[in-house]
Amino acid sequence: MIQRTPIADAVTYAIMVLGFILLIGPFLVIIAGASQTMQQVNAIPFSFLPENQFLANATQAWQRADLGTAMTNSLIMAVLVTAGKVALSSLTAFAIVFFRSPLKHLFFWSVFITLMLPLEVRVVPTYAVAADLLQPVKFILSLFGGIQIGVDWNLLNSYTGLTLPLIATATGTFLYRQFFMTLPDELAEAARMDGSGPVRFFFDMLLPLSRTNMLALTTIMFVYGWNQYLWPLLMVTDPSYKTVMMSLRSLLPADNGTPDWNVTLAGSLLIMLPPLVVVGVLQRWFVRGLVATDK
Amino acid sequence: MADIDIRAVRKNYGKTPALHGVDLFFASGEFVVILGPSGCGKSTLLRMIAGLEDITGGEIAIDGRVVNRLEPRERGCAMVFQNYALYPHMSVANNIGYALKVSGVPKAERERRIAETAKIVGLQDYLARRPAALSGGQRQRVAMARAIIREPKVFLFDEPLSNLDAKLRISMRAEIRKLHQRLSATSVFVTHDQVEAMTLADRLVVMNRGYVEQVGRPLEIYHRPASTFVASFIGAPAMNLVRTRVEVESASIRFGGATVAIDPAFAARQRGQDVTFGIRPEHCRLSATAEEGVQARVDFVEELGVGRVAYCEVEGEPFAITLDDHTVVTAGDMLSLLLPSEHLHFFDTDTGRRIEMDAPVPDAAPAAAHHSVQTMGVLS
Ligand SMILES: Nc1ncnc2c1ncn2[C@@H]1O[C@H](COP(=O)(O)OP(=O)(O)O)[C@@H](O)[C@H]1O
Ligand SMILES: [Mg+2]
Repeated sequence: MIQRTPIADAVTYAIMVLGFILLIGPFLVIIAGASQTMQQVNAIPFSFLPENQFLANATQAWQRADLGTAMTNSLIMAVLVTAGKVALSSLTAFAIVFFRSPLKHLFFWSVFITLMLPLEVRVVPTYAVAADLLQPVKFILSLFGGIQIGVDWNLLNSYTGLTLPLIATATGTFLYRQFFMTLPDELAEAARMDGSGPVRFFFDMLLPLSRTNMLALTTIMFVYGWNQYLWPLLMVTDPSYKTVMMSLRSLLPADNGTPDWNVTLAGSLLIMLPPLVVVGVLQRWFVRGLVATDK
Repeated sequence: MADIDIRAVRKNYGKTPALHGVDLFFASGEFVVILGPSGCGKSTLLRMIAGLEDITGGEIAIDGRVVNRLEPRERGCAMVFQNYALYPHMSVANNIGYALKVSGVPKAERERRIAETAKIVGLQDYLARRPAALSGGQRQRVAMARAIIREPKVFLFDEPLSNLDAKLRISMRAEIRKLHQRLSATSVFVTHDQVEAMTLADRLVVMNRGYVEQVGRPLEIYHRPASTFVASFIGAPAMNLVRTRVEVESASIRFGGATVAIDPAFAARQRGQDVTFGIRPEHCRLSATAEEGVQARVDFVEELGVGRVAYCEVEGEPFAITLDDHTVVTAGDMLSLLLPSEHLHFFDTDTGRRIEMDAPVPDAAPAAAHHSVQTMGVLS
């Protein structure tokens, strides 16, 4: 809006600054606290000035929470979730948009409905299946013939178990579908006339054209995978499969232990870094992918 | 080189029919133009030849082989789309060479053929560009090059010029014609522009509402339109069509206060029936005396540069005539028109089909087929 209204300007600025402080405040606390000694971080009033203790705190946090293993696990999980999501959603959207199948709309809507069901809602049944993959089969068999099978096959304490249930959601499919629908029909027809089959069309046309889309999805999904807490907590009992979000929990000072918040804050700062790096590197495409489709 | 045989081809979209049984034969090397108003099913027919649309009924054979069940790539057709449908993320060179890449032609040969093809359409300096960095005419050329490089037996064009400006359209028209002479593949060109159709076609197919109205050489269709639809669709300004009654005794029709003489034998055959007669605006003449002709009041005048069109009213019916440079008229003038009987067309009012007059059939030589509408000889 192009208007000259000093009072409105002042109010808008005030709201903006307030919002900014609300957003940046916790970060300032983390950055300042992570570099202070235990005495400084517990001092009242809290000082927002960074000190020189960050390396010491970080080292301590790293060792206490075994962040090396946890970071590796989280990284593997986030990468697998991201890759799986991108692959699955581009392929499902390809099937939904470019193939004429009789139950196309049914498929789309059943995929679409799961958009509204985040993992947290279906966590119990998902856990039940992951804990005993053959359970549905067993159930059917026992229903019909009373046959019992004693084989146990579960996904607990494995990367598969950590990632697979997270991959099967519809956000990405929806994003890809919206993009594919903006492509003119003639593009697919021209490729067909040029002799390209569906697989070739997917790799030669759709993947390169949806690059921005893919990078945007990668960014979202990496952060999503990295931030998972509830699901790993359920799936993992073996400490060698611990993820960073679980370690973060173990960094919190015990109820009547030493209140070394400086170590906790240094640990959370370390844990925050990988998604920040990913977002920082990909943000240019991320914004473009969400705002517009460049064709 | 291949002929295309279309036998009783029908197309339904769901329950709605788009084509009602089309029978056509395109000879090898022929340039056929399919002309018709928007929504008449031209694209549908073309896309069925290409293999992009299922055939509901009937058969299409290319080069004697029924292609109903073949994939587009197996039919040997190349297609140029109306909105070009270039691959936006590929360079011009890759756009042109994509078909070769798909069919596994080695890189060196591919590049040689891309360069060769680009030269034919004058794109050699733009090979590294993306389509987004080209003008409309250049994109059109890329689309053509993409078709040419495959050395197809059949070229299919779906209104390829309609997104270009008028001047470019005329020059591209000439280029397409030249290209056809050079490659001599069978070409099927779809358009709704009758000038484009008249100038390009060896043979013209006029379609309306999913039916083929008439097939013939352009001049043949201009001179002997088979129906009122064709009569009013071909030629600009459109043919004047008027419902009237044939007077048997005087061998004439009455119109605008005048009696227009017609062939007595023809009049006798009509037995005083209602007919629709038509005359092209360019065949009407001004009468020297005010009394003898059809009385027309000028509504408005359109200046064309060479001559002008006077849109008149005769007995409440709109009636257009073209006038030469020297005849100046203004709105409100009363004109007296002569309608030469050799230029009259008659149509059945109910069916719209042409009624033959048994007049000698004008048979323009094939060589004259590409002259423009205006320079045509007079009917005898
Ligand atoms: N995919 C489609 N689904 C349903 N109806 C269609 C489809 N394509 C074309 N039609 C209908 O078929 C008729 C012919 O269309 P088309 O061949 O595209 O006409 P045009 O002569 O303008 O190229 C039109 O009435 C159009 O509405
Ligand atoms: Mg069309």
